[in-house]
Amino acid sequence: MSLDPNISGSLRNRLVLTLIGGAAILALLLFFAVRNYAAQVAQQGQDSILEASVSSILDAAALRDGELQVDIPYAAFSMLTTPADDRVFYAIFQDGELLSGYEDMPILPGAADGRWSFQSGEVRGENIRQVSASRTLAGLKKQTEIEVALGQTQDALSETLDQISRNAALLGLVFFALAAALSFWATSATIGQLNRLTTSVTRRGPQDLSPFRKPVPREMAPLVRSLNSLMGRLDQSLSQSEDFIAEAAHRVRTPLATVRSYADATLHRVEKEENREALRSMVRAIDESSRAAGQLLDHAMITFRADHLVREDIDLVALIRELVQRLTPIAEMKDLMLSLVGDPSVPYSGDPILIQNAVRNMIDNALKYAPADSVVVIEVVANPCVQIKVSDQGPGFPPDEIDTLTRRFERGQNAAGTIGSGLGLTIAQDVATAHGGSLVLTNQPGGGACVILSL
Amino acid sequence: MRYLIAIVLCLLPCVGVAQDWEEQKIFNEGAVGTRLRIISSTDTALFAPLIEGFVAKYPSISVEYMVTGTADLDRLVRAAPETFDIVVSSAMDLQLKLANDGFALTINDIAHPHWAQWHESLFAFTSEPATIVINRTAFDGELIPQTRQDLIETLRTRPEDFRGRVGTYDVRQSGLGYLFATQDARASETYWRLMEVMGGLDVRLYCCSGDMLTDLADGTIAVAYNVLGSYAAVRAEGAAALEIILPSDFQTTMMRSAMVMKGTLEPEAAEAFIRHLIAEKPGSPNDGSALPLLNSEDTTHERETITLDPALLTFLDTLKRKKFLSEWENAVIQH
Repeated sequence: MSLDPNISGSLRNRLVLTLIGGAAILALLLFFAVRNYAAQVAQQGQDSILEASVSSILDAAALRDGELQVDIPYAAFSMLTTPADDRVFYAIFQDGELLSGYEDMPILPGAADGRWSFQSGEVRGENIRQVSASRTLAGLKKQTEIEVALGQTQDALSETLDQISRNAALLGLVFFALAAALSFWATSATIGQLNRLTTSVTRRGPQDLSPFRKPVPREMAPLVRSLNSLMGRLDQSLSQSEDFIAEAAHRVRTPLATVRSYADATLHRVEKEENREALRSMVRAIDESSRAAGQLLDHAMITFRADHLVREDIDLVALIRELVQRLTPIAEMKDLMLSLVGDPSVPYSGDPILIQNAVRNMIDNALKYAPADSVVVIEVVANPCVQIKVSDQGPGFPPDEIDTLTRRFERGQNAAGTIGSGLGLTIAQDVATAHGGSLVLTNQPGGGACVILSL
Repeated sequence: MRYLIAIVLCLLPCVGVAQDWEEQKIFNEGAVGTRLRIISSTDTALFAPLIEGFVAKYPSISVEYMVTGTADLDRLVRAAPETFDIVVSSAMDLQLKLANDGFALTINDIAHPHWAQWHESLFAFTSEPATIVINRTAFDGELIPQTRQDLIETLRTRPEDFRGRVGTYDVRQSGLGYLFATQDARASETYWRLMEVMGGLDVRLYCCSGDMLTDLADGTIAVAYNVLGSYAAVRAEGAAALEIILPSDFQTTMMRSAMVMKGTLEPEAAEAFIRHLIAEKPGSPNDGSALPLLNSEDTTHERETITLDPALLTFLDTLKRKKFLSEWENAVIQH
């Protein structure tokens, strides 16, 4: 089973992209807002100067002896001076008729009603800002209307706007850069909390299923709560299955032992040969069941222990020697000899129960297939790596099955007739894997099988 | 018949240039390259050194120089703008109006102070004050007036000596005269009193500074008001009787300006000429010009001179001009 989760997208990228994208949009908005506002202000500035100029011209209009005189003040045009030397166009109308000025300056609609009207337009190929206004003069005999149209090019204005645009763009850029830097920092700080949680979960011991107690940000509380609840359930289910294994071992083994002792006792009392034969078959079947149950429970126990490997410092040679001594009576019953060779002491850090179990299964296997009066050699070495080798002088592994024999319930073709569940080598293999090692099955050149457990 | 056509064809160009120029001269006539046509209000004698300096620098360019009065110049340029490449005039207001009306070509990147140019198209290159010029013989033993007020006093005290012997511009004919008059009128009420006094003395009216100085030199008139200082200085060198007075009450100083016509066929040569004009500095080794060239680094010019800004359009307004001229006529022409 792969531990790697199915990854879709990245929280960091998403955060950074959202923040930077937002900053970019805001920077653009800022740029346009500043520029528009500046353009408005600048335009208002030009408009008010034009307005003042037109006002002063209108003020200078007077009726003398029924004749309209417009004594344009010098300041009227002087105030239109700009850094860019904008061109000025004007026209003075009396009752809609051009009196003086530029004949191509139109009078804006609306000006005749005494209102001010502003408009951008074009005169002589130049974009101009134009203002028109009118004033009614009352003479002795008649009323007359004077209208003034004044236009100015917008070179200075566009220069100012260009400058403001440049500054606004700079402002937007600086804002964007700051926001981008800030979003990177904020993202790192946020993701950092997740990383810290990950680290503390990773660093826990294999059996530490206690709830996570360190302070976390509020947003991560649900995650930690779920994690704690998951660990709680896991802890509970683990202790349940441990209990179950112990219970099952007890319940299956004890009645079988009772049945076997009854069968043994009956065998001694029965004299009829065919009945004795039947009872012997029964004892063999009981042995087989007992062994299979034992191995099944061993396997379950090993699976559990391997998942929660607890290493302790042990001397492998002492461990194996104790095992060999325990198995020697069984070997002698089959006229076999167990021989422990190799280094005098091999210190190792691992689970002694698992290792003993694995080696017992390996020796059991050898005892089953070794011919009578032969020697099963158990060798423990520390170099080049920690290895326990069990070799016999039996028929060896069938070469075409050597890769599949360690599978669960897989038995060799030559195993028919021997007692076994097909779990022995699987257990050894699981133990090796749990310790980060491997199990290798080989056939010796001189005949016989050899199983190497590398840790 | 063929001869007739040939004669007509020969005469046609002559008809085309039937304009009566005050002066007309072609510089570097042998040049094979482009020809610049300059219309100017400046006498050839005063302007020639600048053109000669230019053709010496650009031997392939020939320059046709045509002189006429400022008002006439404005009329000619407006009537046939394509006929000229460069317009040089002392009437700042008319020049500014030409530029404002779109007759001038914009020349970028000319290093010239802002106050001495307008809209990158009109470039001032001299700084010339309006002066009072007197013939000393009329002031024998008398105090020479230093201000307009002094002049008014003098004229009032001895009307019999000056009757018919004072002169000034006819502002109706001369663009420069009109500019000086309007600026004087803006500056001080003294102008009007002076005009009234001069009008009472049967003032002689002139089209141009040159004529005024000629009459002054031969004693026809004793006082000339608002004469161009540059012209007067040239004449004064030859005539000891002439004295130039820079009125100390206030001075009206104009800047002679040049522009390239928008429709010119020789924009590069014309631009080069403008650059040559404004590059000339007073006191520079090749300053053979009799014109008081503008020192663009000297900011005092900026304060003294008539400002190059749209306000110059004010007195060119038909109504305003009509009003001003009628006031002027009321003051000056008293029959």
